[in-house]
Amino acid sequence: MRIKSQRDFWAGVLFSAFGVAFALGATTYDIGTAARMGPAYFPLIVGVLIVIMGALITLKALTVETDDGEPVGAIGWKPACFIIGANLIFGVLLGGMPSLGIPRMGLVIAIYALILIASLAGDDFNLKGALILATILAVGTYFALVVALKLQFPVWPAFITG
Amino acid sequence: MDLIDHLSMGFGVAFTAQNLLYALVGCLLGTLIGVLPGIGPVATIAMLLPATYALPPVSALIMLAGIYYGAQYGGSTTAILVNLPGESSSVVTVIDGYQMARRGRAGPALAAAGLGSFFAGCVGTLILAAFAPPLTEVAFKFGPAEYFSLMVLGLIGAVVLASGSLLKAITMILVGLALGLVGTDVNSGVARYSFGIPELTDGIGFIAIAMGVFGYGEIIANLATPQHQREVFTDKVKGLWPTREDFRNMLPAVLRGTALGSALGILPGGGALLSAFASYTVEKKVKLKPGEVPFGRGNIRGVAGPESANNAGAQTSFIPLLTLGLPPNAVMALMVGAMTIHNIQPGPQVMTGNPELFWGLIASMWIGNLMLIVLNLPLIGIWIKLLTIPYKWLFPAIVLFCAIGVFSENNNAFDVWMVGLFGIVGYVLIKLKCEPAPLLLGFILGPMMEENLRRALLLSRGDWSVFVTRPLSAGLLIAAALLLVIVLLPSVKAKRQEAFIEE
Repeated sequence: MRIKSQRDFWAGVLFSAFGVAFALGATTYDIGTAARMGPAYFPLIVGVLIVIMGALITLKALTVETDDGEPVGAIGWKPACFIIGANLIFGVLLGGMPSLGIPRMGLVIAIYALILIASLAGDDFNLKGALILATILAVGTYFALVVALKLQFPVWPAFITG
Repeated sequence: MDLIDHLSMGFGVAFTAQNLLYALVGCLLGTLIGVLPGIGPVATIAMLLPATYALPPVSALIMLAGIYYGAQYGGSTTAILVNLPGESSSVVTVIDGYQMARRGRAGPALAAAGLGSFFAGCVGTLILAAFAPPLTEVAFKFGPAEYFSLMVLGLIGAVVLASGSLLKAITMILVGLALGLVGTDVNSGVARYSFGIPELTDGIGFIAIAMGVFGYGEIIANLATPQHQREVFTDKVKGLWPTREDFRNMLPAVLRGTALGSALGILPGGGALLSAFASYTVEKKVKLKPGEVPFGRGNIRGVAGPESANNAGAQTSFIPLLTLGLPPNAVMALMVGAMTIHNIQPGPQVMTGNPELFWGLIASMWIGNLMLIVLNLPLIGIWIKLLTIPYKWLFPAIVLFCAIGVFSENNNAFDVWMVGLFGIVGYVLIKLKCEPAPLLLGFILGPMMEENLRRALLLSRGDWSVFVTRPLSAGLLIAAALLLVIVLLPSVKAKRQEAFIEE
């Protein structure tokens, strides 16, 4: 059996895998009866339904003809890594990670890091431009969120504010 | 007539210079808050509640109402301009609104959202004023079985939201349901799927999923396509105002949306949200006029209808609040809190015991809607300018807004990482051509569906037939089945055609 639609095939496989995992996870809780539903009752139903749907999608991907095989296409590893990386670094720097020994760096440094890393995901990285953008955003965010809305944010690193 | 008397008393109360000022401040604040994804109206109202202690009760409620509407409209603005649904109700606006923006039609999209909302707000206010008492009777008839069936109907309707494969859309809804179940089960106190992580015991945040899937996923997908294959992010901006043809297309959509929203908004719990989805479903089913853009590619009806439905629903959702004291969502719950602080017990007595408050509030809702139009339509020009920023500066800013917006909720870095995780999920979904909007709807409705299912089965002592023996519930389920058939029928027909042609 040739795969008629790559996209649907992988979608179906992923869904089925998710459904199986979800349903298996549900069995660790109390299922209960219809009249007294336990915490696992509804999740189990949903998990099983997802597995069925995933199987149907995979089946359709193996049998129904398509024009071009519906390829998944090239995966953008570079933008994905940089964008998600920027996000992760932002979280780590903003609050600090005691378990890794990283001190709290505060909003300003976190913003600079995020903008610089995220800009690397684009096609033409311009250091000066990214720094200017980061500065504008840092200033703007500070005024909008900390001054105007009085939200609590760690703004400066721990070793400066103590 | 009584109604006119009441309304004129209400307007008398609301039209004082002081109250108008409060309405203006509320709308302004609300719009600014709504535009920043992540900081929603709930947080704003909670923050400003203490500031309103000193104000007379009518003024306080007027300002809070202004914030509420402003936030809803601000949420639509970001949904249209940058594909970020800041609020659950903007998830539908994203679909066609963003596509319109990509084709240089952000101006008409924003105007359609504003005008549609205003019209719906006016109609909604009238309905609220005229029909509040009798309509609560209807709400009484809805038991848990009816709610469950209504949600099933809503979810089946959401399947129509997908322009692609039906099977995948239904699965997305189910996955959304599954994700919505993560967290502590209210009935048993068991922390489900939390993997021992304390932050997950409260469930996954809606904002985290929305920002990740819609925001990050879109950015990664955009950056991954080689430059020459990328759709121009903004075609030249073609005018700020809808054309005559736009208006002609919009009008029936606005009327239909308003009707749907007014009807569904009365049901406490998610009424306004469901009406937006229902409106999109209805619009999609109405035949396309020749020359109209297909849905999912920037059809103005896909923005005008849901926005009107949303706003009408928001108006009529005041009905259970003011008449039964039942808040339909978190924002209204805060309003109840505000009323209690001012020594007013929301409930049937508000209408008779505190008429100036009741009617003043209704009048102020209309004023709030008017303020929004006055404030925002001129601002459309400024918003458009935002879109002309080159993408390479815009996308890091969006990455930042998503991360910060979600951090401001709980000051917890974990929430930021959730956005990252769902960014990956969003990218995978885009690559596999699975629609994210049904996922979000399933996510929001999941816990509610479980709750209603549990209650319905508890009341019927485990008897599943309760869903078809109760007339309203059976009716809703039949409608859902019919909808599914209607949706499947064209594809069945098309397959048949293919088979015949090949022979």
